Amino acid sequence: MESRFPNRLLPYLLVLPSLVVVLVFLIVPSIQSFYLSLFRVSPFGNVLIFKGLRNFVTLLGDPAYLNSLIRSFFFTGFIVVVGLSVSLGLAVLANLPLAGVDIYRTALIWPFALSPAVAGTIWALLVDPSTGPITYLVERATGMRINWMTNGDLALLIVTAAATWKMLGYNVIFFLAGLQNVPKELLEAAHMDGAGTFQRFWKVTFPLLSPTTFFLFIMNSLYGFFEVFGLIDVMTQGGPGKATDILVYKLYEDGFVNFRTGYASAQSIVLFVFVAILTILQFRFAGRKVFYR
Amino acid sequence: MAEIRLEQVNKRFKKHWVVRDFTLTVADREFVVLVGPSGCGKSTTLRMIAGLEEVTSGEISIAGRVVNQVPPKDRDIAMVFQSYALYPHMNVYKNMAFGLMNRGVPKDEINQRVKRAAEILGISDLLHRRPAQLSGGQRQRVAMGRAIVRDPQAFLFDEPLSNLDAKLRVQMRAELAKLHERLQSTIVYVTHDQIEAMTLAHRIVVMKDGKIMQVGRPLEVYERPANRFVAGFIGSPSMNFLNVRIAREGEDLWVDGQSFRLKIPRHRASAYRDHVDREVIFGIRPEDIKERTRDDLPEGVEPLRAEVDVREPIGSEVIVTAAVGGHSFTARVSPSMQVRVHEPIDLAVNMNKMHLFEPETGTALNGD
Amino acid sequence: MQITRTQRALAHITLTVSILLIVFPVVFALVTSTHSFQESFSFPPKFHVGSHLLDNYRAAWERVHMGRLLFNSTLISVAVAAGKIVLSILAAFAFTYFGEFRGKATLFILILITHMLPLPIRIVPTFELVEDFGWMNTYYALTIPFFASATGTLLFRQFFLTVPNDLADAARMDGAGPMKFLWKVLVPLSKTNMLALFMIEFIYMWNQYLWPLIVTQSNDMRVVQIGLKMLLAGEEQAAEWNVIMAGTILAMLPPLIILLILQGSFVKGFAMRQEK
Repeated sequence: MESRFPNRLLPYLLVLPSLVVVLVFLIVPSIQSFYLSLFRVSPFGNVLIFKGLRNFVTLLGDPAYLNSLIRSFFFTGFIVVVGLSVSLGLAVLANLPLAGVDIYRTALIWPFALSPAVAGTIWALLVDPSTGPITYLVERATGMRINWMTNGDLALLIVTAAATWKMLGYNVIFFLAGLQNVPKELLEAAHMDGAGTFQRFWKVTFPLLSPTTFFLFIMNSLYGFFEVFGLIDVMTQGGPGKATDILVYKLYEDGFVNFRTGYASAQSIVLFVFVAILTILQFRFAGRKVFYR
Repeated sequence: MAEIRLEQVNKRFKKHWVVRDFTLTVADREFVVLVGPSGCGKSTTLRMIAGLEEVTSGEISIAGRVVNQVPPKDRDIAMVFQSYALYPHMNVYKNMAFGLMNRGVPKDEINQRVKRAAEILGISDLLHRRPAQLSGGQRQRVAMGRAIVRDPQAFLFDEPLSNLDAKLRVQMRAELAKLHERLQSTIVYVTHDQIEAMTLAHRIVVMKDGKIMQVGRPLEVYERPANRFVAGFIGSPSMNFLNVRIAREGEDLWVDGQSFRLKIPRHRASAYRDHVDREVIFGIRPEDIKERTRDDLPEGVEPLRAEVDVREPIGSEVIVTAAVGGHSFTARVSPSMQVRVHEPIDLAVNMNKMHLFEPETGTALNGD
Repeated sequence: MQITRTQRALAHITLTVSILLIVFPVVFALVTSTHSFQESFSFPPKFHVGSHLLDNYRAAWERVHMGRLLFNSTLISVAVAAGKIVLSILAAFAFTYFGEFRGKATLFILILITHMLPLPIRIVPTFELVEDFGWMNTYYALTIPFFASATGTLLFRQFFLTVPNDLADAARMDGAGPMKFLWKVLVPLSKTNMLALFMIEFIYMWNQYLWPLIVTQSNDMRVVQIGLKMLLAGEEQAAEWNVIMAGTILAMLPPLIILLILQGSFVKGFAMRQEK
């Protein structure tokens, strides 16, 4: 890239504010996380005892942590698979030339503005064991009154559903944008070639949409792992019986409730590994077929 | 108004020399056109005059002042860009006024100057429109208006017409010529279009690979190209080049292409005596090869019989690609002439307009 | 694209039903916020609009100092969105208009790396750092650590790359230096992108929960999201859903309004470019 302005110092000054924030609040603390994960830290933070990798050994042998891992993977996997499939279906429909399609679109994307905590509060209302409409419907249908406050697997299913619901709007926005980026001529050409509606979708639209799908896969994974803290804290606080104790929540409890700083930092590092894997995937795929154009 | 001088100017990007040993003086009020294929360094030269690129070595002066270290805004020159480079969010008035505002020109004067320039260009009723609401030709005018309001020492044009459609281009070309007459300003104009160069320029600078190939008045460059490149670049369709030998027969010299022979007119022949029996490149423009309509040809016009390969009627004439022996060339013949593909055609070559070039260097052989 | 009449009808039906399902939770929340306590506590649940709307909102407002919480959330969301826009425009400008200055690639990667470091990864040290700065329970802690934006830097960089280079040259000929070019040309041209980024970052910040939870303690520094938990936690026996939902609606309204207003620029300025 050629320089349009001959100034030497100016570009550094322009980057400086961002750089300071990134270094001070992101990079240095992340490195410290690595460092702390090798220690046992006394509750008041004044004594550091070197433990090497033993925090990690403890972590991976801890049934509570393994439970948390499994629950997190179910939680995130559900958000990604179910959430993306439903949103893609809805986006495809809302991309058809229908009367009132703008209203449909707006009606589909607004959940994006909801916070995880708001979603959690509303879903807590829906499934309230004594007054919730979902409780009522289930009882009408099956004769059983569910109590998600006491049934762990149900609780996990419900927080997962709430988290998926909240993300639908975001996904639909990006799918719609991606669909609008698919060149019409290609679909028309496929039509001329005798491809039916479904073939056109699977053979033309879907492959061309893969960058969007992949982008959303990454964003939904990050959401599932990192951004749902508020939802859990409002609905279940990780309960009942650690059934919804996903990784972020456990990290928070160990770091800020039980003050096991080193142990919490080791958990941070495990989360970092997940992000690193996602990032590597992104770079790998970004260079290849995910980007058709 | 001012003279622009470039003295031994060089420009290097990384390891690549884009402009080499460029020396040229553009006289006050002169219209000079830099022409050449893309990548020949003409735009870079213009941008160095503008101050948008630094020179690697050499010296540029405007109105007697060396400007190598002077930033563009202080060089007192204006530039019209290929893409027009209008600010999309400003209306026409603001686009034209922006440069004056930055220079702290008083409001009243800005107003006056913009109005006057708009009048000259016939865009007075567009002042409140945005660029997106203008046609290509109108944008072009605004881009020129932006330069005119500055009342600069010199104008620089970087392929200003290349984004217009063919018809508009011809019209704007004529207007540009009129505008120059009116403004009486020094202009350096870059184009790859040789017709623009021929019609607009006082002098043409033909460039290739960062070097000047020839500087001269349009007809001079057309009639006496300094080398094979200029000969081929100027003129359309371009000049025919055939590999031949110079043969001697008594007092006369001939262009000998094995399968054909053309006599060199006496008054030209003296210049080529040293090249007898040597391989040279024979150049002849398509417009100097016409149909042969009578048996007795005037002095210096030679008959040539060839076989037609391709026939392209363009209305006013027919462009014929024909072959003789292994040589292929084009000729411009009258549409009234019967021309059939794969059949022989009788042509007349005006050898008074012939050119000869050194095969290795491509330099024109003038003998003098 | 051509579709048959049956397909059209099916699409309408599917969309309508899905949207009803998606909207239902919020509509029910809204309805509940109009009920009296008795109505909200009935089983089967009641779906009619009640007459206690104002009472419930007043109760929610007073119970957790909703006014203060809304003010805090608005303040930090606007500040963070604005801060991110300013910092990322400056950085993107540096990365697009100054050629290959020394260390450019490294700086670019450092800023992009923000993507790789979500809060949970560095939560303990960041918390301790903010504590050392004496920023606990202040607006500084709630805003400054969020100011860098990889998304914004990428977005503006991408946009600047589509701006013709001639424009910068023309500005130089017109006597505008880099900052003037940025301010008078690039910034006005970036309006759509700025609005899009403002929307995303406003909503993002408004919805933050974990960080405000750990760096604020006093009630006057809490944000709306934490207010929800405070409303819920106050309920030892039967939940007063009518009041809680009034609070919930208040908490979701500002970002929702911003979304509805800026939806257009968001799709044009952000979503359509994201995958590049």
